[in-house]
Amino acid sequence: MPYQCIVCVKQVPDTANVTGDAMKADGTVNRGALPAVFNPDDLHALEAALAVRDEHGGSVTAITMGPLGATEVLRECLYRGADRVALVSDRRAAASDTLATSYILAQAVRTVGNFDIVFCGRQAIDGDTAQVGPQMAEKLGLPQITYFEQFIDLSDHQARVRRNVGNGWEVLDVRLPVLVTTLDTANRPRPASARRVMRAKRARAAAEIDREVDAAMKQATDSERQAEKDARVGALRDHGLLIEQYDLDDIHADLKWCGIAGSPTRVHRVQSIVLTKEGFKAVEPTEEGVREMIHELIVDHTLG
Amino acid sequence: MANFFDDNDDLQFLFDHLDLAEIAAAQEAGFSGEDDLGPTYAPRDVADAIDNYRRILHIAGDVAGDAVAPRGSSVDRAGHTLNPDGTVTLNEDTQDNLEALSQAGLMGFTVPRQYGGLNCPTTIYTMAIEIISRADASLMNLFGLQGIAETINVFADDDIKDDYLPRFADGELTGAMALTEPDAGSDLQAVALRAWQDEDGQWRLSGVKRFITNGCGDVLLTLARSEPDSKDGRGLSLFLADRGPRLWVRRLEGKLGIHGSPTCELVYDDTPAKLIGQRQLGLIRYVMALMNGARLGIAGQSLGIAEAAFREARRYAHTRQQFGVSIERLPAVAEMVTNMKIAIEAARALVYETCRVCDLENNNHRILETQPPDDKAELKQRKAQARAYKRLNGMLTPMSKYYASEMCVTVANDALQVLGGSGYMTDYPAERYLRDARITTIYEGTSQLQIVAAVRGVCGDAFEKRVTELEKAVYGDEALSVLRGKLIDARERVIDAVAFVKEQGGDYMDLYGRKLVDAAITVLVGHLLLRQAIANERKQSVARRFIETNHATLVRDLDLLKSGDKSPISEYDTIAGPVPTLA
Repeated sequence: MPYQCIVCVKQVPDTANVTGDAMKADGTVNRGALPAVFNPDDLHALEAALAVRDEHGGSVTAITMGPLGATEVLRECLYRGADRVALVSDRRAAASDTLATSYILAQAVRTVGNFDIVFCGRQAIDGDTAQVGPQMAEKLGLPQITYFEQFIDLSDHQARVRRNVGNGWEVLDVRLPVLVTTLDTANRPRPASARRVMRAKRARAAAEIDREVDAAMKQATDSERQAEKDARVGALRDHGLLIEQYDLDDIHADLKWCGIAGSPTRVHRVQSIVLTKEGFKAVEPTEEGVREMIHELIVDHTLG
Repeated sequence: MANFFDDNDDLQFLFDHLDLAEIAAAQEAGFSGEDDLGPTYAPRDVADAIDNYRRILHIAGDVAGDAVAPRGSSVDRAGHTLNPDGTVTLNEDTQDNLEALSQAGLMGFTVPRQYGGLNCPTTIYTMAIEIISRADASLMNLFGLQGIAETINVFADDDIKDDYLPRFADGELTGAMALTEPDAGSDLQAVALRAWQDEDGQWRLSGVKRFITNGCGDVLLTLARSEPDSKDGRGLSLFLADRGPRLWVRRLEGKLGIHGSPTCELVYDDTPAKLIGQRQLGLIRYVMALMNGARLGIAGQSLGIAEAAFREARRYAHTRQQFGVSIERLPAVAEMVTNMKIAIEAARALVYETCRVCDLENNNHRILETQPPDDKAELKQRKAQARAYKRLNGMLTPMSKYYASEMCVTVANDALQVLGGSGYMTDYPAERYLRDARITTIYEGTSQLQIVAAVRGVCGDAFEKRVTELEKAVYGDEALSVLRGKLIDARERVIDAVAFVKEQGGDYMDLYGRKLVDAAITVLVGHLLLRQAIANERKQSVARRFIETNHATLVRDLDLLKSGDKSPISEYDTIAGPVPTLA
């Protein structure tokens, strides 16, 4: 049977290539200094969803929450084969912690509706909390499978799932709908398709069209500009290239659970730790030397 | 997350400095000016087309760096399996690589959009070939067979096009060019595989083909003798045969390198086949066109292997400490590393200049065939252009294949030398690059055959005409003007040498063809690098070093040429000695 899949993706600063000014003086991430990328684990979540659709039929809808620039990851989802994409963007959602974010995303998933499987990445490389997926599952009242690697079997409303528990695997049976958080060992994400890119590079959210038309038609009257915006949005919608856009009202979010108001997390202190090399320690290439090294690594908890 | 396009500064430089606008305009022949939101995803204008090219190469770079390169060494070690039924199972890594290329939509590179292809010009396709080859040279032999779809597109009838092209573009089909036979290698006029028509008028093929790259592919473009009483190339036609029970693989060759590319011996057992285009034009028209494209493909492959080898050597020279310093601080190593880098950039300049002229020629030809201009003057001008492009490409294509492949072998060899003992070991990829490099000067026409083709252009007017155009460039910079003067001197020496060779006759031209072609390439590439040198100081250093060293070689080579010595021919038996018996 076909499965309707929703994937939650996030645009994150590329912490893999951190430069000197990656952090501001107050200890928050300087997003301007780092290039924005597709959160790596989310690519695996997307691939898992696309694989389910390719094998069983159905659809893949990608959702992201963020500023308008986050549409770039949604276009990337279209390049790789997503059927539909939606942006949740609202100033009132700024400064949301994991609790508020998971609430907003859960509301967005409800708004999209009609889903069998919700896929998240295990965690995002900017916060590394791995909390949003599990919290969403709770809010949506869904069973959750964290550290998801594979559907061993998927039939009707039942799934047999393999999850990686670090030192082994666990196989679980679960009833759908379900939320899974995906590991990078789950699959190898497919590349973007050149043909999709040439088409979907034109995909835009309505707010992006507004900006483009305002910039291009400075001399025009408001009504001329509005007519052009309507025409462009209509054309994109007709061709399935309109990025759906929701604000907090569209997803019926209660504002007290959103943004700063909905975020109990308080950052106590952020330390900038610079790891430095402290010289070398020679290990004799003998049984004894290696045994001593292993012992030392166990004592300082590097191993075990 | 390696990207083999984004991380390659010189390829980016060429992308920005080649006149892609001219190429894109010729390739698209008319833009709508509107965003095409429909399934045909046609570019709106020149800038949009170039944006597409960049995005496509970015995807190729992604697939190459992320998916293909990490499997390079295991592909090299794993063989393919010849099954008892005459089919071949490719090793898993190569299958995964092909799957990634299909998913990325890169298997219909030059196929028109109406068949689901990308409609890219040769220039962009060759860049993609270079990018893929850097990751795994042997994968290029499968990726680089898109000339087969191209041949079908240009020469076959609509029925065949409609049937096959969408499946090529989807990556569902792979093909092979079945030309070589045990007794027909460099001399394709000797092809003997028999094509005959049964009582229903169905063409059938009988015989054997050898050394067929990807001969286990689904579609075999096969050169066969359709005119039984003929002896030469005019009796050969081109056929399309599907692999099946009447067409099987008898043997998989063991090879020095490019292990991921299956090389097959094929048996045709009255195999049903479709005629491509017209009878008797198989070799003289269709295969010639196919081979020209294939030669540029090998030139691109050569650039990719050399790039990979250079990077390995450059990094090793930087990190390896001996005598208390990085070995790159030792002059002998520094010379090798800089020579490699300059050689790659020189060959790259020539190859993409050739691609550019090819794209202009192909598109001019297409316009003449499909929508000839009504205006008589324009028609006349296009026809004159067609002849000029053809002459220029007749020289540039074999030059590029020869120059890039010889460069590739030299660079891969020097890279291994920089790594020393480590390079000789299988722990490092340097030895694989050298093994993979070695085929490039041999297949799709040996270096010796490329020289025979290129020397005609050097001795005819193609060379002088093109160089005269290039010499018109005026450089404000004093240093560049001096280098330009050296190139003018070099051109005069080449013209002088050509006159001398012509007096000596055909044998002499064959004997010294290589030196003549080398000298002509020095002049042409010298000008191309000078043009690049305007952009920045690094490129100026590259141009200066290239022109200084190659000018010296040119003077020495042409002095020898003018000595009149023909002992390799006149004293062959004396010098070569008796024919040895082999143990």
